[in-house]
Amino acid sequence: MWGLDFSQIDWTEMKQASYDTLEMMGYSLLFTIIIGLPLGIILYMTARSNNRVIKWIYNVISFLVNILRSVPFVILLISLLPLTKLIVGTTLGVTGTIPPLVIGAAPFFARLVETSLREVDRGVIEAAYAMGASTGQVVRRVLLPESLPGLIAGATITAVTLVSYTAMSGMVGGGGLGDLAIRFGYYRYEKEVMIIAVLFMIILVQILQMAGDRLVRHFTRK
Amino acid sequence: MIELKDITKIYGSKAKATTALKDLNLTVEQGEIFGVIGHSGAGKSTLIRCINLLERPSSGEVWVGGRNLTSLGKRELQLQRRRIGMIFQHFNLLSSATVYDNIAFPLKLAGVDKAAVKSKVEELLKLVGLEAHSGKYPSQLSGGQKQRVGIARALANDPDVLLCDEATSALDPQTTDSILKLLLDINRKLGLTILLITHEMHVIQSICDRVAVIHAGGIVEQGPVAEVFLKPKHPVTKEFISREVAGSAPAQLQAQGTGTAGEGQAQGSPVYRLTCLGDHTYSTDLSEAVLRTGVQFAILQGTVSTIKEIPYSQLTVRFTGQPEAVELTVNRLRERHIDVEVIG
Repeated sequence: MWGLDFSQIDWTEMKQASYDTLEMMGYSLLFTIIIGLPLGIILYMTARSNNRVIKWIYNVISFLVNILRSVPFVILLISLLPLTKLIVGTTLGVTGTIPPLVIGAAPFFARLVETSLREVDRGVIEAAYAMGASTGQVVRRVLLPESLPGLIAGATITAVTLVSYTAMSGMVGGGGLGDLAIRFGYYRYEKEVMIIAVLFMIILVQILQMAGDRLVRHFTRK
Repeated sequence: MIELKDITKIYGSKAKATTALKDLNLTVEQGEIFGVIGHSGAGKSTLIRCINLLERPSSGEVWVGGRNLTSLGKRELQLQRRRIGMIFQHFNLLSSATVYDNIAFPLKLAGVDKAAVKSKVEELLKLVGLEAHSGKYPSQLSGGQKQRVGIARALANDPDVLLCDEATSALDPQTTDSILKLLLDINRKLGLTILLITHEMHVIQSICDRVAVIHAGGIVEQGPVAEVFLKPKHPVTKEFISREVAGSAPAQLQAQGTGTAGEGQAQGSPVYRLTCLGDHTYSTDLSEAVLRTGVQFAILQGTVSTIKEIPYSQLTVRFTGQPEAVELTVNRLRERHIDVEVIG
């Protein structure tokens, strides 16, 4: 078919690459949420303050987030190699890709969190304070539950972005489907491997998006 | 119960500062329903937010239930706020929580145990008549039902005071009346002190005991509703009332009088305003009086209605007849506790 011969594909390698991609995406999404969610909450809480010190904190965090978001991921990946080595002890394999993936995606997710929190009705927050809620209670019991659909949508977008980031991290020895597609398809002209690897990534993204949308719908009460 | 002392609230800083409230003093007694009426921008929203310190006044003191809230620390203020319920124009319910969880929300904030939460929420659902809707989300409710949830939520911690921030402004007239009735019931059943702000005289007239008129950040007139309503002094008050009761400017009345009566005899005849409050409203005092004295009268304008379930009437009449007979009529009416004012 179109001069392609799929019989040559090494399915064990394909399976391993798929597994690696899922692992990279999964762990980095987990850590991205663990770091990005509080960061987003801090951005949201500090953005509206009249206090000069708090305003300053916001400006500093916001500036750092913007820097991390403006550096192209490939450059971030390479420049973070020493730091990666320091954190996880290696720059290779699945483990070696997680720190740069998280550092690249967390600021992005933090902005998405900040935006979803801003969508929460200010009146509801005011009502909670009027009932004697502390700031912590407002965050846990009002902001997070009320913005849950938005947060899930943000996590979905982040997960999809991470899938494409994993492909780039493949270039510096990370492994996974993207790495397979580049190594075989691009460097060795084995189109078949590239097509299947890309196809798998497309399927993965579709599944992520559908699952995310379904969760968003499930939690939307408006 | 609530005492505001010399409250001033200034927004913004120096050059762009706007004064929302200026040296405002207000006292609300235990168990009364106190209404504050004003146009948008008059400062009433700021006023009600100053009571639970959602807005901190720039200067002055806020006392609720004998405690100076302005002197409290963060934690103490949070505890005191539980003694003050609040309902809002746009209800401000958690959209992600059911009716049950919305009402349970303040109890959970206060750390009440699960069994106690359940019995309290069920009691409140019954009080506001929403037993059948406990598992619904706010988006599935009508405006009136949402406000009922808001009221139940505000009452969850058995507060001493209920603040109503334009609580009926987003509702249709029928629903407004049912919510007002519920507030009145609660006030009577629980002895709850209610402070409400509104721009509708109708709300004041329906349930309030006392009213204050706020204008440009200050209170321009206050007193018992019947007094303020029937004898408004400040132009802003008059304007609010004239929107409720069709126009009451004397000049306009005289013009009308000339138009309808027309004859030279009626021209010089005095115009009186007769005000009746309470049981006298539906009496035959006026007809008895004119039958005795032989004076004729024409009604130029009139209202017969109620102020917080108390009937009242206010008639603008022109008496025609011998001046002595007219005076006799007036005296007779006064003897019958009808308030008579010469207005033209």
